[in-house]
Amino acid sequence: MSEIAANMAGNVWKILVKEGDQVEAGQDVAILESMKMEIPIASEQAGTIKALKVKEEDFVNEGDVICEIE
Amino acid sequence: MFQKILIANRGEIASRIIRTCKKLNIQTVAVYSEADQEAPFVSEADEAVLIGPAKVNESYLNAEKIIDVAKEHGVDAVHPGYGLLSENGDFAKKCNQEKLTFIGPKPEIIDQMGSKLTARNLMKKAGVPVIPGTDDPVSDTDEAKKFANEIGYPVMLKATHGGGGIGMEIVENDEQLEKAFDGNARRAEQFFGNGTMYVEKVINGAHHIEFQVLADHHGNTIHLFERECSIQRRHQKVLEEAPSVLLDAEVRQDMGKAAVTATEAIHYTNAGTIEFLVDKSSNFYFLEMNTRLQVEHPVTEEITGYDLVEQQLRIAYGEELNIKQHVASIDGHAMEVRIYAEDPKTFFPSPGKITTFEPPTENHIRNEVGVASGYQVTPYYDPMIAKMIVTGTTRDEVIEKLRDALVDYKVEGIKTNIPFLIDITNEVEFVRGNTKTSFINDYMKK
Repeated sequence: MSEIAANMAGNVWKILVKEGDQVEAGQDVAILESMKMEIPIASEQAGTIKALKVKEEDFVNEGDVICEIE
Repeated sequence: MFQKILIANRGEIASRIIRTCKKLNIQTVAVYSEADQEAPFVSEADEAVLIGPAKVNESYLNAEKIIDVAKEHGVDAVHPGYGLLSENGDFAKKCNQEKLTFIGPKPEIIDQMGSKLTARNLMKKAGVPVIPGTDDPVSDTDEAKKFANEIGYPVMLKATHGGGGIGMEIVENDEQLEKAFDGNARRAEQFFGNGTMYVEKVINGAHHIEFQVLADHHGNTIHLFERECSIQRRHQKVLEEAPSVLLDAEVRQDMGKAAVTATEAIHYTNAGTIEFLVDKSSNFYFLEMNTRLQVEHPVTEEITGYDLVEQQLRIAYGEELNIKQHVASIDGHAMEVRIYAEDPKTFFPSPGKITTFEPPTENHIRNEVGVASGYQVTPYYDPMIAKMIVTGTTRDEVIEKLRDALVDYKVEGIKTNIPFLIDITNEVEFVRGNTKTSFINDYMKK
């Protein structure tokens, strides 16, 4: 089990996956929005999304966990 | 002169406008969101009114609420600043309908210039050179590809209603175009309510040089020379200066004339900016017109000695321009840096609490500031927290002074782009004046 974390502080604009989804390495799992900028958050590994830790419109800090992947 | 105005903006520009109002004995009403309760501009205004939650749609973009506040507080006029509602023709129209003078051009002209494609076509008609591109919108990827192959890659995909670098992207080939087109159209739709796209040729090695214009309601139009704004990241300006080292006296005169022609052709009034791209052979092309005060207006104020906000207020009040073209001249050199709350390497936003905020203060330094020690920078607004303008006799002298001032600029608690700005002042190509729009990509990605 590993975690996908936010690389900047901002609002969760879109979540692109749901629990149980298979993702490839490099696939975007969420898009953060901050100060008029959108930053996609990609998974570094292939695997299954185990748990989503945030929902759309949540505020996250840099380093906060977006989801868990296995 | 106006007795009382409302400032429909926030941050450093609200403070900047309040300062000129104080000089002219005009009362000010600030409006602010829940996220900005502690912001300096709120306490600097004579009156301040909370208008809603942090999100811009519920506060700073809430035109009706802002107009209600203006009426309740008996103001004569509304200054929109830059960004937010400043280029919203409907807002300007509503202000005027309620007998509140909108400090800017007529609503129809805001709308015309707000569509980049309409602006292009109007300028072409007025005889101002424009960048080769589509005269009409392109409806889909295939149409964009067809045109791109006709004029040759690289091309710039642009949203007709875009701004701030949103909805535009350079693409080098069909594959990149396919990837970029829909995303940019969608973003433009989301940010500007209009996802119409068009295609322009990329002018290689170009400088972004813009001319400040002023036009009154009595038929007088002048320009106050250029600002060189080529140093950009994500198509957003980072450092601006005036004058530009690229222009000799003859080109400066030709461009100034073209800027005045463009302004007169559309019967523009108040302060505006004509943006041009200039290639290395000094060919210049109309890029767009900004129908408002620019973020970087202070560099023009520093080299010409005129207060542009004062000029805006006087023009809006109906006074005749008191500056004649032949009297306006350039004295010295000025540079502005934008201090962004962002990671200096990735340029990602860095909201958070500012624990220490101490800009340097010396005679040659002008600070325009939207924050203070203890202030919380939120993710809701633009990442620019302050500007610093440094003035001197020569460009070399200004670069030296700017570098020293940046080293002394103290911001703690959040990340800022100050280390990146210092790197720019140390870059030999910058010192040489080789500041193309591709500067950051060409020289700063080491």
